[in-house]
Amino acid sequence: MGIAMQSGKTTGVRRGFERIGGAALFALRALGAILRPSVDTFETFRQLYKFGWRSLPLVATAGFAVGAVISMHTRSTLERFGAEETIPEAIGLALMREIGPLVTGLLFCGRVGAGIGAELGAMRTSEQIDALESLAVDSFRYLAVTRIAACIVALPVLTIIMNFCGILGGYLAETLISGMSLATYVTRAFSVVEFVDYIPATLKTAIFGFLIGSIACYLGYNAKGGTEGVGTASTQSVVFSSIVVILANVLLVKSIFFVFPEAR
Amino acid sequence: MSEGSSAVIRFHAVSKSFDGHRVLSDISFEVRRGEALCILGRSGSGKSVTLKQINGLIKPDSGRVFVEEQEVSVLRGAALAQVRKKIGFLFQNAALFDSITVGENVAFPLRRHTARSRSDIVRRAKQRLEELGLEDVYERMPAAMSGGMKKRAGLARALVLDPSILLVDEPSSGLDPITAREIDELLIAQKKDRKTTIVVVTHNIPSARRLGDTLALLHGGEIVAQGSPEELENSDHPLVQEFLNPSGGAAR
Repeated sequence: MGIAMQSGKTTGVRRGFERIGGAALFALRALGAILRPSVDTFETFRQLYKFGWRSLPLVATAGFAVGAVISMHTRSTLERFGAEETIPEAIGLALMREIGPLVTGLLFCGRVGAGIGAELGAMRTSEQIDALESLAVDSFRYLAVTRIAACIVALPVLTIIMNFCGILGGYLAETLISGMSLATYVTRAFSVVEFVDYIPATLKTAIFGFLIGSIACYLGYNAKGGTEGVGTASTQSVVFSSIVVILANVLLVKSIFFVFPEAR
Repeated sequence: MSEGSSAVIRFHAVSKSFDGHRVLSDISFEVRRGEALCILGRSGSGKSVTLKQINGLIKPDSGRVFVEEQEVSVLRGAALAQVRKKIGFLFQNAALFDSITVGENVAFPLRRHTARSRSDIVRRAKQRLEELGLEDVYERMPAAMSGGMKKRAGLARALVLDPSILLVDEPSSGLDPITAREIDELLIAQKKDRKTTIVVVTHNIPSARRLGDTLALLHGGEIVAQGSPEELENSDHPLVQEFLNPSGGAAR
């Protein structure tokens, strides 16, 4: 029994490494296809509408709420040091540098990652992917490459919207207490934000988009086992893409500090 | 393929296993131009695996599969896509793309592979749907259609590029006998009117008798009997008799 359990564990570990390797190869293949000029633009725009435009209400609402909550927490902390007048600057920097990109990335994992995993999983188990191939269409390029490309474009745009909604939420929380004007708040929020605070942090979400799209497409594209397989693909898409985004964020922040030392 | 052969599809000693389980074992057969082959067999006997090897959806572990003198089992990419354009495939559950309308499903191959204008594509797709008895469904979503209507729409999509070969996976599965018969009649008309070569996978014996010029019985990964419907009905092979005549009554 002990040997059987050990063998089962070995098989599980091996399968785990196989899937990581499979996902990495899948992502590299997709990256190669995206860099070539033959991406299906119509389908990519269709996905961009689904992932970007339809995620707007969620991202805008979340941004507004996050900005308001950060403002309330920051005020209570800064008041202890008599520095509550620096709230707009603190909110601006926190949102642009880290909170905006990371929260948008995680929201995107939940909304878009789950959707891609479920949609492609259902297409796999209902033979729709086989049907595409039978119609002489490269299903990888048509389904995966277009979705990954749409994720890469959509996430930075959504991050910008999250940041602005966050500042707006922060302003609302602040003005209810201090009566600060919108013009003053926005001017001060942006007064300390520089190129290195904003551009690299926003652009790193394109990498988040690539990772989320690749993981979700890989899991959906390789789903097995009917309805249960679709559920598994959807759930795993959220779980694995969230973990990978959080871990990649650490590496990307470190890389940004390395390339732009003034961002520290 | 041998010189002068009119075989459009040829399997030569094809074997296929999944996770160590052998599904097909050295099977060989031919389908001649304009003929219909019905592959019979129990569930899990490898019928669909055989069908999917014809258009390269599944590759054999060993052996060779030819379609119109091209070895599909080794083709990849654009070369395989060229062969697939000549082959229509009706899947067991139609496999319509459920995120687009029925009309867009039928128009899809035309949009991808022809330079026709948008209005011409719509007109052609509507015409194909009407030929198969589906009117006013262009804007309907697949989820809003019955099983029989989905099958017809799937058939319209499979035939819209006028393929010379049609592969059909379980045409009568999940359908009532009347609808199943209507689908059979559409396939017979396709064979008769357009000289389409058809391979049908089924375990529906009446359907196979109606459609097939040749029947092949797949069992244990091998073709245990092959011939015209009459030849198989007169066969004294116990498996053939059991399959064609499960209740022990008259075979016809």
